Amino acid sequence: MNSASPDIPALYRKEFTKMVAVLARTFGFANIALAEDLVSDTFMAATEAWQRKGPPQQPEAWLYAAAKKKALEYLRRDKTFKEKIRPHLSLEQPLQQIDFSEHAIQDSQLRMLFAVCDPAIAAEAQIALALRVLCGFTIDEIAHAFLTNKEAVNKRLFRAKERLRLTGLDMDLHAGQQLTHRLDNVLHIIYLLFNEGYASTRADSILRKDLCLEAMRLGLLLTQNASTAVPKTFALLALMCFHASRFSAREGIDGSQILFDRQDRTKWDQALIAKGEDFLQRSAQGHEVSSFHMEAAIARCHCLISDEAERWQKVLGLYDRLLMVNYSPSVALNRTYALYKVKGSEVALAEALKLQLLHNHHYFVLLAELYAHTDKSKAKEYLLKAHAMTSSPSDRQLIEEKIKSLAD
Amino acid sequence: MTEFLMIFRETDLHYKGMPKEKYDAWMQDWEQWIGGIAAQGRLASGGRLAPEGKVLKPGGLVTDGPFAEVKEMLGGYLLVKADTLDEAVTMSHGCPVLQTGGSVEIRPQLPPMNR
Repeated sequence: MNSASPDIPALYRKEFTKMVAVLARTFGFANIALAEDLVSDTFMAATEAWQRKGPPQQPEAWLYAAAKKKALEYLRRDKTFKEKIRPHLSLEQPLQQIDFSEHAIQDSQLRMLFAVCDPAIAAEAQIALALRVLCGFTIDEIAHAFLTNKEAVNKRLFRAKERLRLTGLDMDLHAGQQLTHRLDNVLHIIYLLFNEGYASTRADSILRKDLCLEAMRLGLLLTQNASTAVPKTFALLALMCFHASRFSAREGIDGSQILFDRQDRTKWDQALIAKGEDFLQRSAQGHEVSSFHMEAAIARCHCLISDEAERWQKVLGLYDRLLMVNYSPSVALNRTYALYKVKGSEVALAEALKLQLLHNHHYFVLLAELYAHTDKSKAKEYLLKAHAMTSSPSDRQLIEEKIKSLAD
Repeated sequence: MTEFLMIFRETDLHYKGMPKEKYDAWMQDWEQWIGGIAAQGRLASGGRLAPEGKVLKPGGLVTDGPFAEVKEMLGGYLLVKADTLDEAVTMSHGCPVLQTGGSVEIRPQLPPMNR
């Protein structure tokens, strides 16, 4: 019995995305906005009714029933829908069967994920839309996560939904070329979402942790369907688990970041590391070696190999292989750092000078690190340059510490 | 930027008798050398070639490799991106094939034929 009034914000957080997914599936994912409106209306009605008549015994069931009723009313009443949208829908299920069973919710959310991760929409907007309709973030929270304002987020979401309305399709979730293609983008968006939480220095730590957890939850959603539970999905999950295992160890008391070498290893989450191992094993079926596989293997080395020489040797080889399939400046920098750990500063410096990543402040931090052994004034010069190039407070703080330690 | 093909020729199948440790170290050198090119964003593609294969000659004559006529075995190739031939040659320095007496041939790729 629930005699106290139910916690509506918590319910909203938990049920909003589920209900939107089910309704959007009914109306077609091109009409996400309509589904959102109906669910918002439902919550407003709930707040009012529960205040008046007292809370129901099963608030979730109440919400599902009310949403269903609103959707059916809308279908009967709305002329535009009848004349303009309905004829274009190719529905697998008749409109009358709006299904809020656990299985249907999960399936609808998976379909929604595929609809939202449409490469026709800018990546940032895909992330924002996923956070809104799949993770239940408020506009404020999204704005905060991206260090922007509500209006900008609303604009971004509006454009994304417009785009979906024009091009959006309801994916067939059975294996096929279209699915394979789109899955790559879905994985990429989940990866970006995770990185936004893991690597960003913008938002506060609770929000960042939330972003990581949501990315992992979406990844897990993909494991529930045979055609999306493929090796690279497991590789991405492994990668996220290994990284997330260090979450609390890298956070200083004052909210500052503790670098890898100075972290208290006993604070690493062993359960998550074991989970990562498990996922990595499941990612090893088949022949495909995606960049997620290699990034997961690198993250695993950092978690599990305590001997430094052995660890860096392995990591270097993995970075080399990763670069061969997927070049990116940050991987090139990480690779050069690993080379420094294995072969020393002289060899690494010669390689680093060839990179010429002159617009990347991390490049100058790396050069400074390599010069610190032979030419301290040059090292300082590069650190000052890097400092001037970045506006990230925590990066600036790290660079200031390096400048200080040069003088010692 | 133009693409250049680097062709690696081995003097013989010297690595067949190499002790495992030495072979592993040599392979690691390869990985690091190619990694260095990839780190500059200059790697287009590449591959290792198995020592055995077939040769097709006019008249449908097929013979087995290794290929007695070629003094230097083709061991592998890389397609790299560089501004000039000189730059591509500079990139080839440090190639592990040179450690064992082999050579690197560097050839610019021509643009597609224009008729």
